[in-house]
Amino acid sequence: MTVKEIFETMDYGAAPESSEDALAWLVDQGSRFGHFIDGAFTAPGTERFESANPANGEVLAEISQASPKEVALAVAAARAAQPGWAGLGGPGRARYLYALARLLQKHARLFAVLETLDNGKPIRESRDIDIPLAQRHFYYHAGMAQLMERELPGRAALGVCGQIIPWNFPLLMLAWKVAPALAMGNTVVLKPAEWTSLTALLFADLCRQAGLPKGVVNIVTGDGAVGAALVEADVDKIAFTGSTEVGRKIREATAGRGIALTLELGGKSPYIVMEDADIDSAIEGLVDAIWFNGGQVCCAGSRLLVQEGIAERFHSKLRRRMDMLRMGDPLDKCIDIGAIVSPEQRDRIARLVESSDGTVYQPGTGPVEGCFFPPTLITGLEPASPLMQEEIFGPVLVASTFRTPEEAIQIANNTRYGLAASVWSENINTALDIAPRLVAGVVWVNGTNMFDAAAGFGGLRESGFGREGGWEGLMAYTRPEQAAEPAAAIAPFEGETSEPQAVDRTAKLYIGGKQARPDGGYARDIHDATGVLIGQAPIANRKDVRNAVEAARGASAWSKATAHNRAQVLYYIAENLAAREAEFAARIDRLTGGSGGMAEVQASVDRLFTYGAWADKFDGDVRSVPMRAVALAMREPCGVIGALCPDPFPLLGLISVMAPAIAMGNRVVLVASEPFPLAATDFYQVLETSDVPGGVVNILTGSHEELAPTLAAHLDVDAIWSFSSAPVSGVIEKAAAGNLKRSWVTHGTGRDWMGADGDGRAFLDAATEVKTVWVPYGA
Amino acid sequence: MEIETQTGQTGTTPAQLPQTMPHGTRNPGMDLDMDWVMRARVNRSAVERRASSLPGRRSVKKSHQAAWLARAISCIDLTTLAGDDTPGRVRRLCAKARHPVRTDLLEALGLQGLTTGAVCVYHDMIETAVAALDGSGIPVAAVSTGFPAGLSPMYLRVQEIEESVKAGAAEIDIVISRRKVLMGDWHGLYDEMRAFRAACGDAHVKAILATGELGTLTNVARASLVCMMAGADFIKTSTGKESVNATLPVSLVMIRAIRDYEDRTGIRVGYKPAGGISKAKDALTYLALIKEELGDPWLRPELFRFGASSLLGDIERQLEHHVTGAYSASWRHAMS
Repeated sequence: MTVKEIFETMDYGAAPESSEDALAWLVDQGSRFGHFIDGAFTAPGTERFESANPANGEVLAEISQASPKEVALAVAAARAAQPGWAGLGGPGRARYLYALARLLQKHARLFAVLETLDNGKPIRESRDIDIPLAQRHFYYHAGMAQLMERELPGRAALGVCGQIIPWNFPLLMLAWKVAPALAMGNTVVLKPAEWTSLTALLFADLCRQAGLPKGVVNIVTGDGAVGAALVEADVDKIAFTGSTEVGRKIREATAGRGIALTLELGGKSPYIVMEDADIDSAIEGLVDAIWFNGGQVCCAGSRLLVQEGIAERFHSKLRRRMDMLRMGDPLDKCIDIGAIVSPEQRDRIARLVESSDGTVYQPGTGPVEGCFFPPTLITGLEPASPLMQEEIFGPVLVASTFRTPEEAIQIANNTRYGLAASVWSENINTALDIAPRLVAGVVWVNGTNMFDAAAGFGGLRESGFGREGGWEGLMAYTRPEQAAEPAAAIAPFEGETSEPQAVDRTAKLYIGGKQARPDGGYARDIHDATGVLIGQAPIANRKDVRNAVEAARGASAWSKATAHNRAQVLYYIAENLAAREAEFAARIDRLTGGSGGMAEVQASVDRLFTYGAWADKFDGDVRSVPMRAVALAMREPCGVIGALCPDPFPLLGLISVMAPAIAMGNRVVLVASEPFPLAATDFYQVLETSDVPGGVVNILTGSHEELAPTLAAHLDVDAIWSFSSAPVSGVIEKAAAGNLKRSWVTHGTGRDWMGADGDGRAFLDAATEVKTVWVPYGA
Repeated sequence: MEIETQTGQTGTTPAQLPQTMPHGTRNPGMDLDMDWVMRARVNRSAVERRASSLPGRRSVKKSHQAAWLARAISCIDLTTLAGDDTPGRVRRLCAKARHPVRTDLLEALGLQGLTTGAVCVYHDMIETAVAALDGSGIPVAAVSTGFPAGLSPMYLRVQEIEESVKAGAAEIDIVISRRKVLMGDWHGLYDEMRAFRAACGDAHVKAILATGELGTLTNVARASLVCMMAGADFIKTSTGKESVNATLPVSLVMIRAIRDYEDRTGIRVGYKPAGGISKAKDALTYLALIKEELGDPWLRPELFRFGASSLLGDIERQLEHHVTGAYSASWRHAMS
């Protein structure tokens, strides 16, 4: 076209970014890659696969499929390097992380182009978002390494971390995983996704340039089988980002092994538009929500919920905006939507859209060769439509409507996922009411897809657990310095079955604020150390678990009560317990055959006071993100926590578990000490007289091994803890995979319940979820 | 499955938009719709994000860039609004408007006959400008209504418009009373704009909002709507005399108001960012913004103008670079 013609048409024309340097780098590497193990690249393996540019199908390089032996070698290299790396100290490690950050910055364009070639995302995104954010993560965590010894006293590296990352943000996910791990003194074995290994391999080259000690970063490539081998390997932690389906398998595969796990999984994030929103900005936000990276984003705002009165106008404006989206060569600087990562994914998206019962809109984007899928809007769907529930992972926005803020929240939360959410309103009351009530790890007010290393990111429900970024992200890469002692099993006392009590007192279960007989109608005789019968404890069964969870779910008002009120209730429990100090002390001594009853009761009263004190002091905070916004890291209750209480210290153990949970606004289903249950059944009388709303605390007695799987598998339980001496840790972790609830188990270790180990931040962390609420502002 | 498909997103300029006639369908205005005005809400952060990410999302290179820059020239209101303007100075400006780019460069680009969109002067310079532009088809625009503050008596402001039209101005750039916006007197603003519009007669009227003095983007959106309802043919950001002039966020808010107004009335109102746009690259970003948010029909002087004086010089250098491959120097191009 001549200049004169373009002067009339005012078309954009092509604006390609050169791929020359990136392609030259691949050729320099021989276009075939081995693994990066112990500071060097291995020779390309015999089993290799091709890594292709999805935009045009051209093969970029051959990647090696790691054998289990190679995975083991990588883990061994990481294992060998770990003590030295941790021993280097925070400031020593910080220097390397700064060096990596600077190298990423120096080679920014090479990384961006290589990422776009490999993944198909528009060069604008890799250049302006992925690579700068990856740099930011290394800078931020260099600072965390520098501060670790002073700011995280008593925390130590986990050891060797196996990290498995997806293909949608290859380098950025590497940075999210590698930077905090290294900062805290861990070494890593990383497996990039098989479709997108190239920037990880370039990063390996950077590790060499930075002089990173051998074995600190190891990269093995290949498909899911390599990931599975890494999960099976001798690692201390698995960090996984990817699909909920694979995440669940990893949860099951790691169950009972005593290794740490964080999962960042799928989502179907709601995008709520209130009638008082800035409509045009909300529409523009959708471009960044669902058409960013072609919608191949776990936290993509993929479920559009618009207030009914403005829906028609909103959808029509949205369709007009979609007409302006440009799809094509990802290396073109004037492109909004690049290629879908692989033909398999594209076909999957097409099948899902085909199956829809809604009205599908796709702008005419002209003929595009290669692996592309056009931006798509599906309107007229209801919450019951499969596409409103199922993650599509493509440029497909599904839409429904709501009438009121309350209904918006209900529909938004009507999902198995809980990763992210957006809410658009110009009314601060509306926005700040809705944001905290959305079940999501991240909420953006009047925005979408904002990320920063200082702000935690991660999900709830089947979107996984654990946070990446911020201080909370470091918890996932550290453990207490002091290793826990193994716990001894405690057997109940045996004895005769005569009825010695003058006046019988029937111990019951405590469910929904009422004493309840066990569903099965069975009880177990409880004897003292001399074999004398002291009472019967009900044997709860799965139906009692069901009833208790239902009661706990119903007591949701507790989570909305003010922290001050919750503290008052805890103090009240403490007072009432103190008033019956002697009686409880005697009971404990009789039950356990010891003489520490009084000390235990006094420690219990003290613990209640401690968590009464904490209730309104375990604050969230505000994070320094690099934009004009408040990023609130809010501490929210998990919801319903199921907990198996410790067997020793029948009163203190139960209170040590209950008090932090309810102080933070959770409701609990407690399974009392198995050998010594009667302290717990006495204790519900204290609860009854202490203004504890029904359903906030529910107490079951019975067999830990029998109740653990039911409680752990219950889909309406949000977190499960076990301090039982019974060997239930593995069973619990496995059963927790059902709804991917958080679990906190002992793996056979004990805890000093009378000491400092018996309370504090570990319990408060476990009792809360960090929700990051982004509120950009500006008059 | 039901599929609606829109084909051909680019589409060239529709035929109903006359290319040779500078003055097409005018905006007759409408009754003041306060519900609509008050519903306008602008989220500043979101608007700024859109504005700041746009240059990274759109890029025009090589021949396309040259063509776009030429298009920018065709949309420039070449302006002199200085206390020391003289007939000689204005004649020099008009000569530049007729020949904005060196002839050899225009020939190389195949764009002989390219002129700026208009010449913009104070009232006293209208007759000089009209004479100097005689036969060129380039309209003369005059700033009016007590420009730049707009605080002279109302009857004088209306009279000033009438005098300027009589003197031959084809376009009148009026300034609104900022205080009416700041005090929420939308009825007063509407009535004022209506009166200005009536005084203009056949001359097109551009409403200068002086956005740098309106305090918030929501005020900018509301003032834009009120002025369009009162019959403005163009809405314009600034006088060039405020401390903050045209910005991308302000532009985004104003052109979105224009889009809504077209949605509602079918009438296309023009847009003129003024002040502070001095680089060729900025001009490209503005054109991309207009193309994205309003569409191709607005990429014409009938619906889009740059109020600028130094922009042209930078564009000329870029065009010479396009033609020769060598970076240019300002003294190689005629001054205005």
